[in-house]
Amino acid sequence: MYTLPNKLKVFALVFMVLGAVGIVAGFLSAPKTTEDVAAMMADAHHGDGHGDAEAHHGDGHGEVEATHHSGESHHGTESHAASEDHHGEEMTHEHAQADPHQEHLEHVMHQLQNRPWSALYIASFFFFMIALGALAFYAIQYAAQAGWSPILFRVMEGITGYLPVASVLVFVLLLASAFHFNHIFHWMDPELVNPESAHYDKIIAGKSGYLNVPFFLIRALFFLLGWNAYRWLSRKYSLADDTAEDQSFFKKNFKLSAGFLVFFIVTESIMSWDWIMSFDPHWFSTLFGWYVFAGMMVCAITVIALVTIYLKSQGYMEEVNDSHIHDLAKFMFGFSIFWTYLWFSQFMLIWYADIPEEVTYFVTRIEQYKLPFFGMIAMNFVFPLLLLMNSDYKRVNWFVVMAGIVILAGHYLDVFNMVMPATVGESWTIGVPELGALMFFFGLFIYVVFTTLTKAPLVPKNNPFIKESKHFHY
Amino acid sequence: MASKVIHALYNDDDILMNAVKTVRAEHYHIEEVYTPFPVHGLDKAMGLEGTRIAITSFMYGVVGLTVAILMMNFIMIEDWPQDIGGKPSFSYLENMPAFVPIMFEMTVFFAAHLMVITFYMRSKLWPFKKAENPDPRTTDDHFLMAIDAGHGDVKAMMKVLEATGAVELNIVEQEQAH
Repeated sequence: MYTLPNKLKVFALVFMVLGAVGIVAGFLSAPKTTEDVAAMMADAHHGDGHGDAEAHHGDGHGEVEATHHSGESHHGTESHAASEDHHGEEMTHEHAQADPHQEHLEHVMHQLQNRPWSALYIASFFFFMIALGALAFYAIQYAAQAGWSPILFRVMEGITGYLPVASVLVFVLLLASAFHFNHIFHWMDPELVNPESAHYDKIIAGKSGYLNVPFFLIRALFFLLGWNAYRWLSRKYSLADDTAEDQSFFKKNFKLSAGFLVFFIVTESIMSWDWIMSFDPHWFSTLFGWYVFAGMMVCAITVIALVTIYLKSQGYMEEVNDSHIHDLAKFMFGFSIFWTYLWFSQFMLIWYADIPEEVTYFVTRIEQYKLPFFGMIAMNFVFPLLLLMNSDYKRVNWFVVMAGIVILAGHYLDVFNMVMPATVGESWTIGVPELGALMFFFGLFIYVVFTTLTKAPLVPKNNPFIKESKHFHY
Repeated sequence: MASKVIHALYNDDDILMNAVKTVRAEHYHIEEVYTPFPVHGLDKAMGLEGTRIAITSFMYGVVGLTVAILMMNFIMIEDWPQDIGGKPSFSYLENMPAFVPIMFEMTVFFAAHLMVITFYMRSKLWPFKKAENPDPRTTDDHFLMAIDAGHGDVKAMMKVLEATGAVELNIVEQEQAH
């Protein structure tokens, strides 16, 4: 049995406390009125070095506005010119043109108010998707009756132990959006689907049969309950299997896992449209579900490898050998390339066709998020490709750890790029709210995962493949 | 110069693996093992050096990538400039997404084909080459281990081999290739 070391507990709690402080600071520093925004902008314009966010929003705000509020679908290219105009106007006649200026201030205020919520949502979703990905990977191992992996089942179960906690947190955040505590989901604004309103948006109104708040919440609840039900049952059977006389619990888990995978791949896809793609309600991509899935899997497998290496370094799980790490690293490598393949497939088709309503998604990201957008491709593709290509390196623990950390950071940026451009637009930075939220959920994740690991022996006993797994060598 | 070789035949890959380990522990020299299918871990048990073909593969891939880039740059940008996807930038970099599939395919094409050719050359295989297989049963259900019996006590060796579970033992005089 594994006992939670005090050091690790303190480590996790420190991260949670520091993170919570960061989150609160993020919410407190968000502007309440347009005067606050004006003051912040004035600071930045006078070169106080108040951070990039404030320094940038003069230029190109028109584009974000277009993405957000315009009913037409041609904003991608048009808004360019518009934004340059605005910029010039602002600089020269800041006082003469009170109205558009006021409008702009309000717009920036909404972006900055969205920022701490978005930061919270991204970090919360990022760790949620690690737990969910680990659950899917676990189900695949059962359904495929894999011989190499049963020795890692308790590690996977430990990681999926975070799923119930993450589900509650994500759902609370979705509720907060649904009840208008924040406006990160732009389409939830009832004005947009009201034909009487000045803000009426024909496209969003057209989608409202699917994209409406009650149905959205019902779907979310249904998915979360389904995933957690599988997690709860499979864990129960897995523990019962340790003391069982026969293989009945293994068989139950096998059937359950096969069923879950069917449920998962459909619901995961819909979840990615709902929880991520709907941030840009005008835009859609048919392979988005796969894209999110690939990122989810690579993160989950990386975390499985990191936790396994950590436990092994602490003297647990002696039977885990190089070959197990090698296999996990192969999955990290493979899924990194799979992720890139999907990322590129999505990008190239949209880039090639150059249809305004589609291409605006990438125009926004390349123009306003150049560093995270291209940096993420280097971190998620080039780095793991070169580092993990060599067969021998996949067996060297510190290589796997190094690649793993970069991959995780890269996929955090990937989620960041999926969410932030639609919610805060130009006014982004990675500062206190983002790092605070990341630290908080990291601490919580570590605490929950390692507490779950203490609840059961680290190696399953009665699994029919456990002997093969212990002797696994490549 | 003729040399003596013992051919030990086995009918199971696990028995063969253990036999290889025993023979190596006795410090006899295994010349070659013939199997009807690839036996996992046999190379390690025989103490063969790791293959370097992965390194050549990487280099061929880099060559393929370079060829693809130069080729596409010449064809689509320099020789006959193309307006790609309604974006007449006439720059390789700005049109790069359109070239990525070709860059990828050429990388794979070069790596795969040149790697196979390298493998054939290293293994001295070419069309119409006469098979070096000492016993056709190794293409069906038997495993054959060829042990150099040149300098050892043949009787003692036969005893060891028999104990490893060989189903058949033959002493063969062969013309040495090297």
